[in-house]
Amino acid sequence: MTRHAPLVLGIESSCDETGVGIVRGTQLLTNTVSSSMDEHVRFGGVIPEIASRAHLEAFVPTLRTALDDAGVTLEEIDAIAVTAGPGLSGALMVGVSAAKALAVATGKPLYAINHLVAHVGVGMLGGPFADGLPPALGALLVSGGHTEILRIGDITSDVELLGSTIDDAAGEAYDKTARILGLGYPGGPVIDRLAREGDPTAIRFPRGLSQPKYMGTAEQPGPHRYDWSFSGLKTAVARSVEQYEAAGLEVPVADIAASFQEAVVDIITSKAVLACREHGITDLLLGGGVAANRRLRELTGERCAAAGITLTVPAPSLCTDNGAMVAALGARIVMNGGRPSGVGFGTDPSLPVTRIVLAAAPDDGS
Amino acid sequence: MLLLALDTSAAATVALLRDDVVVGRFGSADTRSHAEVLAPAVQQILADAGVSGRELDGIVAGVGPGPFTGLRAGLVTARTLAFVWDVPLLGVLSLDALAFDAAASSAVPPGTGFLVGTDARRGEVYWAAYRAPSDDDGAVLPALLDGPHVGTAAGLPKGQLLAGRAASLYPGELDGIPAFATSDPDAASLARVARQRLLAGEPLRDTAPLYLRESDARVPGPRKRATA
Ligand SMILES: [Zn+2]
Repeated sequence: MTRHAPLVLGIESSCDETGVGIVRGTQLLTNTVSSSMDEHVRFGGVIPEIASRAHLEAFVPTLRTALDDAGVTLEEIDAIAVTAGPGLSGALMVGVSAAKALAVATGKPLYAINHLVAHVGVGMLGGPFADGLPPALGALLVSGGHTEILRIGDITSDVELLGSTIDDAAGEAYDKTARILGLGYPGGPVIDRLAREGDPTAIRFPRGLSQPKYMGTAEQPGPHRYDWSFSGLKTAVARSVEQYEAAGLEVPVADIAASFQEAVVDIITSKAVLACREHGITDLLLGGGVAANRRLRELTGERCAAAGITLTVPAPSLCTDNGAMVAALGARIVMNGGRPSGVGFGTDPSLPVTRIVLAAAPDDGS
Repeated sequence: MLLLALDTSAAATVALLRDDVVVGRFGSADTRSHAEVLAPAVQQILADAGVSGRELDGIVAGVGPGPFTGLRAGLVTARTLAFVWDVPLLGVLSLDALAFDAAASSAVPPGTGFLVGTDARRGEVYWAAYRAPSDDDGAVLPALLDGPHVGTAAGLPKGQLLAGRAASLYPGELDGIPAFATSDPDAASLARVARQRLLAGEPLRDTAPLYLRESDARVPGPRKRATA
């Protein structure tokens, strides 16, 4: 195996994207994604069983396209990496079964890796961190499936979860709010667009977990100093709409969208920057599908600049779930001499970020 | 003829069939760890037999009906192996494997009708009706007469013997064949069914999964408007 710049194929199936990416070391060769998002539109959110069915149908065609696009053969591949968690159980099961079959059929080593840490891994694909990730790096991941702030000491061995949502993910809050406002799915892009026409100060929506009893102080942190909660926000939006309707007034959709977005973005960025400052983080990577949100990028940029933190936002196609990020993290693990996971491991829908690559089962000789 | 067969419609089972001889097999009664055990089983069976995947004449996949997640683990495994090794992918109704076993035993007289039923969970069974082959019609395999279906055991045709786990789950409603009352589809039998079809020049199925159930997803209703 080429340990200097290994050719690694990465597989992602933790939610509604079937992704196959191929990298050579830190060079991106292909990022092929098949999404079942259109099939979820009429339900207003990702339906796990529909996503899993779509993964089964999409996997081999996506693999074939990725190999063609990258101009490589399976024989040339040095290693395979796959998302083992966290994510939707049934969806993970398809990608992991496929990856294991691929490993058995090709005889290539397989690495079972953490989806959240892989989101950070895209930072290594060319771009600003081509020479390696900075030493005091943080990652703010915001999507329909997760909302987390991570500290990355070493992407293959030292990752810490500083804070996360305790209920809905931020992207979910966008989807639910869009539904209340009758704006369709997915909610992020349409709310972001409408918010430009509205007044973000029109309604003061709650900032979850911002009270002193949750925050505490830097010396004596409260129980949720860097955590988020978005379920109350959704309820507040619903109540606001009902009040306008009950009074026989037209619902000011743009003002509500702008005020909702401001509440989400304000609490995400203030807590993320606080976590960075209190953990000596000087570089922040913004990832996840909601990283495409105009206001989130703007306010994160402003607040990072004010705190002396350098912000990096990868290309949108690398922020959403994809196989290239899995390949990128896999390649780094290979370059560091990490041990493969074998083919006996299980999926873990709630895999903690401290488990970056799964160890091989003791009786797994492969 | 060298066939590798996988069935995950109930248990996870894998078998390697050389002509009519089973040269390797694996079975796990655990119905919830298919994604963990399947690939290691394939690897072990081929290694033990000293067979490389590219030597296979086909990969036989049980297409269900079966519980969603386990069924998919087998199908995506079979499809991926067939793609990489560039060998034919052959779909077989999983219930055909049980029907084959029952008809090959003395429990079902030649030419008679019988049922096959497996556990569909949620108080239901997956089932199909077959007729055992007889010397008169020259057939080797049981003929599928009706199905596959999913439904309650009480809704199955009356007065016919049934092979498969459904018999032990719903003994009050079903007339189970004792020797097959806890049987699940087996990959070795699945491979034999595929082999007989290939020898007879009959077409095999593609590997589209037979879920027989919708995804349970519901389109959310409109939000109730507050009235003044
Ligand atoms: Zn993600």
